[in-house]
Amino acid sequence: MSLNEVGSMIAMQGFSGLSLFTVLLLMALGLAIIFGQMGVINMAHGEFMAIGAYVVYLFSQLTQNYAPGLREVYFVPAVVAAFFVAGAVGYVVEMLLIRRLYKRPLDTLLATWGLSLAMQQFFRSFINPKEVSAELPEWLLGAFNPTPSIQVPRNGIFVMGLTILVSAGVYLLMLKSRWGIRIRATTQNRVMSSAVGINTDRVDRFTFALGCGIAGLAGAAFTTIGSTGPTSGSLYIVDTFLVVVFGGAANLIGTIASAFSIAQAQSLLEFFLTSAMAKVLTLMTIIVILMIRPQGLFTNKLRT
Amino acid sequence: MQLLFIDRSRALRGAFSTVLCVTSLWAAFAGAGCNKSSASTSSDPAASKTDKAAPASTERSTEATSTDVMTPPGVEKSTLKAADYPTAKVMTTGLKVDDDSVTVGILHSTTGTMAISETGSVQAEKLAIAQINALGGILGRQIKVIQEDGASDWPTFAEKARKLLVNDKVAAVMGCWTSASRKAVLPVFEKENGLLYYPTFYEGLEQSKNVFYTGQEATQQILASLDWVHKEKGAKSFYLIGSDYIWPRTSMKIARKHIENVLHGTVVGEEFAPLGNTQFGSIINKIKLKKPDVIFAAVVGGSNVAWFKQLNAAGVTSANQTLLTISVTEDEVLGIGGENLTGFFSSMKYFQSLDNANNKAFVEAFKKMWGPKSVIGDVTQAAYLGPWIWRAAVEKAGSFDVDKVVAASPDIEIKIAPEGYVKVHANHHLWSKARIGKAKADGQFEVVHESDLIEPNPFPKGYQ
Repeated sequence: MSLNEVGSMIAMQGFSGLSLFTVLLLMALGLAIIFGQMGVINMAHGEFMAIGAYVVYLFSQLTQNYAPGLREVYFVPAVVAAFFVAGAVGYVVEMLLIRRLYKRPLDTLLATWGLSLAMQQFFRSFINPKEVSAELPEWLLGAFNPTPSIQVPRNGIFVMGLTILVSAGVYLLMLKSRWGIRIRATTQNRVMSSAVGINTDRVDRFTFALGCGIAGLAGAAFTTIGSTGPTSGSLYIVDTFLVVVFGGAANLIGTIASAFSIAQAQSLLEFFLTSAMAKVLTLMTIIVILMIRPQGLFTNKLRT
Repeated sequence: MQLLFIDRSRALRGAFSTVLCVTSLWAAFAGAGCNKSSASTSSDPAASKTDKAAPASTERSTEATSTDVMTPPGVEKSTLKAADYPTAKVMTTGLKVDDDSVTVGILHSTTGTMAISETGSVQAEKLAIAQINALGGILGRQIKVIQEDGASDWPTFAEKARKLLVNDKVAAVMGCWTSASRKAVLPVFEKENGLLYYPTFYEGLEQSKNVFYTGQEATQQILASLDWVHKEKGAKSFYLIGSDYIWPRTSMKIARKHIENVLHGTVVGEEFAPLGNTQFGSIINKIKLKKPDVIFAAVVGGSNVAWFKQLNAAGVTSANQTLLTISVTEDEVLGIGGENLTGFFSSMKYFQSLDNANNKAFVEAFKKMWGPKSVIGDVTQAAYLGPWIWRAAVEKAGSFDVDKVVAASPDIEIKIAPEGYVKVHANHHLWSKARIGKAKADGQFEVVHESDLIEPNPFPKGYQ
């Protein structure tokens, strides 16, 4: 093999590691807010991603049937809609279910797991029991060739761009805005926050909705990679929790670092070993690290 | 109090994360071992959207539909009269047979994950039964159907099988889809001496007096297609990739032996992705690095969609790569999208596009009964054969008794089979042809190769 080919291979493999990193990060961002900041164990997080994916599918169906000329542009509004629909569902769920359980974190686990089962059955009964795929616009298909021997998948570039956008947004919102301060205050000391005039109910509700909305965005982005079925969400949920927990639940930088290291380990090992062994080795390493540092890679320093 | 709460929730996160890791680790190991979960889950598809099959209902007679069903051309109305075959003579083992009817069972999942795959089989079996009834039934008796729901749960399959055999005394059962469900009911059928017609192509290595396998076993599907790609495309190097459970693993084992020992080619890579895996980037890069003449694939379910989409996105298309798959039927194409598959090859014994009179009549009758949008895949066609084989065997034996039906079964020929012609082998599998279809953008396949009739060989020597 020529030097040139080795170079292209390294470039493509590097990109597939980065691509997996952005996928993991996008999945985890919503949960980093809900689980990391609010402390709610949301087992239905994967289903909120599925909602986002189904919104894109719905848009794709509508475009195909009523406005085939819009095929090249429908995707962008669909992604935006995915955010708002998933967010709205999250808002309602918080109002009806989650807020009654803030003092009983273990019960949230059961309640949201039940919610995830109910949502899966809803998808199965009312949308389609089969796996569905959205019809993608031309500009998301195929590969981008910087040189003749390097192919970079366009959908990977799209997911990457979206992830950067969302991460930056979340970062600014959580750490630089007044709303972020209110969220963090509420999580740290609900009674005191309430006493200084923060409407904690409102903060909780919007925060949860935001997390769900980001999950919807992630789901929408994943329609470019795979298909969507009633149980697609459950495929993502383990990886998502893994990234958040490994990174140190309450820390955004931790989430990014953890997604990066898991993705690179996974994709490199997969290249040199088999995919099952790659998964086993990655998870073993994570277990060992978590045994030594149960709080995860990064922690917020708290004065307790 | 507040501090306590924070501490507790942190401890909780720690515990939770450990549980999480251990669970997923276990899942990864289970995959690498012998995950029988759904052998030949080749699909998350099968079945048409216009499913009229009643869910979980019991005691449904298909007689009502028998009047307007289209029957296969060239089959004469049966002239056998029940009076010539007195019930006391044709049934001596307590089965549910009377002077004008006989009861059979249909046992598939109509709820749960597998429902989407199994619905097509239910529809095909009901069509065959309706046609047989319209043609005068079996030994002058109309077939009644009791349908049970296996609910995608293997113990439920076993329980319902027992119910059908012990309580309902059905004369035969058409059913099961995954290997796991078949393995679950097998002891029941053997103990109660029942009769099962099983439609899915599967990994082989099984043979029971009480089961007839109407799909292909592994060697029929694999060997002929490898021979073809070797001869036709001059393929020497192969990259094997499958989902991680029993069916792809057994199939790839057979494929590897055949490539190395018979074709004298090389296997440049063998890879099994966990079920449900959606990230194929690194695997695709490895394949690009090895530059195999042929990618031989058995990826199933949702992974299948991700696999083909990402191949396409990485610039691997039929223009620069030959790919042969044993897990894509017309049903799967719906989810994958024809544009991601165009020009790739699939090895099956049946394609909806087969150009023969039997198949045209079958497709027309199927669409008339189950809706014009129906898509018919390989397993659906195999399920359709079950009732016809049973009918032929019963009439040859002149009896519904399981032992006599089994004894009469070898060498039964079905000339109206949509796949052309099949014959029952003494080992309870079917002689059938292997076909290679080239995927078209519209989701159908163009048949580019057809083998001779292949003898079924569920225990291939030198391949284990």
